[in-house]
Amino acid sequence: MAKRPRLRGATSLLATVPFFAYVTVFLIIPTLVVVIGAFAGNEGGASLDNVKALGNAYILEAFGRSVALSAISALVGAVLGALLAYALVTARPDGVLRRVVTAAAGVLAQFGGVTLAFAFLATIGLSGFVTVWLQDTFDINLYANGVWLFELPGLTLVYTYFQIPLMVIVFLPALDGIRPQWREATESLGGTTWQYWTRVAGPLLAPAFLGSFLLLFANAFSAYATAAALVSQGSPLVPLQIRTALTSEVLLGQQNLGKAMALGMVVVVSIVMALYALLQRRTARWLG
Amino acid sequence: MAGLIARRARKQRLFRWVVLATLGVFFVLPLIAMVEFSTRDPQTWPLLVDWPQLSERYPDLADGIVASLLQAALTALLMLVLLVPTAVWVRLRLPRLRRLVEFICLLPLSIPAIVLVVGLAPVYAWLNYFLGGSSLTLVFAYTILVLPYAYRAIDAGLSAIDVKTLAEAARSLGASWPTVMGRVVLPNIRSAVLSAAFLTVALVLGEYTIASLLSRTNLQVAIVYLGKSSATTSVAVSLTALLLAFVLLLLLSLLGGRRSRKVVPPPVPSAVAKESTP
Repeated sequence: MAKRPRLRGATSLLATVPFFAYVTVFLIIPTLVVVIGAFAGNEGGASLDNVKALGNAYILEAFGRSVALSAISALVGAVLGALLAYALVTARPDGVLRRVVTAAAGVLAQFGGVTLAFAFLATIGLSGFVTVWLQDTFDINLYANGVWLFELPGLTLVYTYFQIPLMVIVFLPALDGIRPQWREATESLGGTTWQYWTRVAGPLLAPAFLGSFLLLFANAFSAYATAAALVSQGSPLVPLQIRTALTSEVLLGQQNLGKAMALGMVVVVSIVMALYALLQRRTARWLG
Repeated sequence: MAGLIARRARKQRLFRWVVLATLGVFFVLPLIAMVEFSTRDPQTWPLLVDWPQLSERYPDLADGIVASLLQAALTALLMLVLLVPTAVWVRLRLPRLRRLVEFICLLPLSIPAIVLVVGLAPVYAWLNYFLGGSSLTLVFAYTILVLPYAYRAIDAGLSAIDVKTLAEAARSLGASWPTVMGRVVLPNIRSAVLSAAFLTVALVLGEYTIASLLSRTNLQVAIVYLGKSSATTSVAVSLTALLLAFVLLLLLSLLGGRRSRKVVPPPVPSAVAKESTP
């Protein structure tokens, strides 16, 4: 009799074997491949060469550009998304407007990758709708100073397209946590609108805003498909550098450099997401 | 005070419409541009509807479409087979493992797809040896990719019902575990399962990173390839894929809305409530 509970525990565990076996092969092992590979020499054995190679100027520049692109697109997305979210909060909470815009934001936040790249090619590509229209009607050449669509400014604009809706989704709950009574209290104590926003609502919303910004940053930092479909020459960003390392690894004898760059990306994303979780907890305490 | 509130309401309405109109233009313009761009050549759209001719003129595109549809269906199936029994079982019998399962399921969120590809390359080199280089092998990677979204949907569904009581009731009436899963739990989390499946299909149809870097084909890879020779057709296909994803995700949000209404029981009989909501 004493054996039965343990036996039952063992058979219970047996039922989860397929799941754990699957994630081991297709998630845990790939993660370990990246982590271990980053510290392995090309002829086997431990080595710090790949991690040291991350200090190369071209890789550092790629990281710098990736961080800049993610930060700027996250900032623009966060500010515009917050404005849009506030506009929704001032509307009727169960109104059609709010329901439609939230549903649209949910859909558009998922709209990244190749199709988004082609949407912008059709819009402001060299023969795109807006490009041609501006040229024909106002004689304005969008690309008088060079074709910026395939470089950082263009990528920032394209990324903003999925960043704003994501911001609306993650920031709306925080705005909903703001109670009208707080504004009334400010007013009955003689506070102005400016004081309300800078002394009451602003500080309350700051953790939520910062957290959402970080989430948007991680979102842009991990994006690959949009950039890959737009940028076909050169590898200005880390994900595109990894593409180069993956597709030409045998040639260069740098099999593990891609893994080191991948590990670098994971480190950045993990730090950002950890900060996000921290701020999220603060938001839940203040505006939950 | 009343004057102040009315003035503020007016100001807020103005602000609301300015913001909505400006951002609305930004969001709608690319979609309009896609329509305009893809109708420049009047033969583009008729060709897309004509499957035999399409597969003759653009065989790569046809292959990509078929591959993506099969991948989406198989990924949804594999995800459900893997996740639903495990999630239910862990809730019922191994509550201590719940945190671990949740952690593993949400892990792909902090591993960018491009990083996952780097680690998957050796696994797939080995898989090639056993299963060959078929595009359908991508299903294994895609199941990992959709794990966070599917897990959240299914976990929310399971939280909304009392799995333990249901299972114990069924067991005490003599039902076997497969019966409990298939005929008691599953029907109760129908809409959660449907949500997970919709999300999976939408995500798989839009996947490019893993397919292109593991040198396999799917819809997105075919679109990029086609973009080099025929921009008009590739924009038209993009638009179609996009509309399909939009419809799927909108259905999903409607589904979600209905479920959340069900959790909070309406004060009026549900038949009346259903008619009064648009």
